[in-house]
Amino acid sequence: MIPIEYFVGLSIIMFVSGITGVLLRRNALVVFMSLELMFNAANLLFVTFAAYYQLLAGQLFVFFVMTVAAAEVAVGLALMVEIFKTKKSIDIDQMNSMKG
Amino acid sequence: MLTTGTIIFGVFALVVIASALGMLLSRNAIYAALFLVLNFATVAVLYLILGAPFIALVQITVYAGSIMVLFLFVIMLLGAEKLPAGEPLGHHRWIALLFGLVFLAELALFLVYRAGMRAAVNTPPLEFGSPAAVGMSLFQKYALPFEITGFILVVATVGAILLTRGEGFKGRKRTLEIQSQDK
Repeated sequence: MIPIEYFVGLSIIMFVSGITGVLLRRNALVVFMSLELMFNAANLLFVTFAAYYQLLAGQLFVFFVMTVAAAEVAVGLALMVEIFKTKKSIDIDQMNSMKG
Repeated sequence: MLTTGTIIFGVFALVVIASALGMLLSRNAIYAALFLVLNFATVAVLYLILGAPFIALVQITVYAGSIMVLFLFVIMLLGAEKLPAGEPLGHHRWIALLFGLVFLAELALFLVYRAGMRAAVNTPPLEFGSPAAVGMSLFQKYALPFEITGFILVVATVGAILLTRGEGFKGRKRTLEIQSQDK
């Protein structure tokens, strides 16, 4: 049997690397992927505690997080394409004005 | 005491951490996306260890399948795989790394001092996270959130189409008028 701290620690490492990616990278698509990594870390924690407490609600919450993340990715990537059309770049340093 | 389960977990955890760091550090956005696919697939294996087969397969089909295909498609569509050459924000990188390390230290301290569970995750019974059990719960107890999720997906699809439709019907009509005036 695997101690629960191992899963929590793995989730912490994934979440921190996601947050560092958001702070570190300038390519907006990679920033977006780091967000997905953080979602994934939270999902791993949900599934871990669902198994720990033998409650199915944790797994269902992961299901809902995944669907909402899919919707978010669809809208976010559409926004990214639109920003690229106006700015000719997806460097997040360029996104500093509200009016294109 | 190294049990077989711990060793298997260790191998997969190493793959998860290495692919997360690979995504973080690779200069090419396509490599980052492929590292992320590896990460999602390995986390799906961890879900299987934790007794969640339905969630594991949804992870592979939805995340590693459709979402990452969408990412790769947009990366190749925009030709955005290379980072810009100049890095005008040189010292910001060290600040970002510092913040990341501080956050990591904070969470690690929380794990060491406050959690203190030292309990093992027991593998749940076989029918615990099976598709049948998840589906029964999803359509009975969580029917309303399920419907709301479907509504969110429809709104997101319509929004994505609306954002990327290009000139749209009105604009195309106007270009047709201009073309007919030119003749």
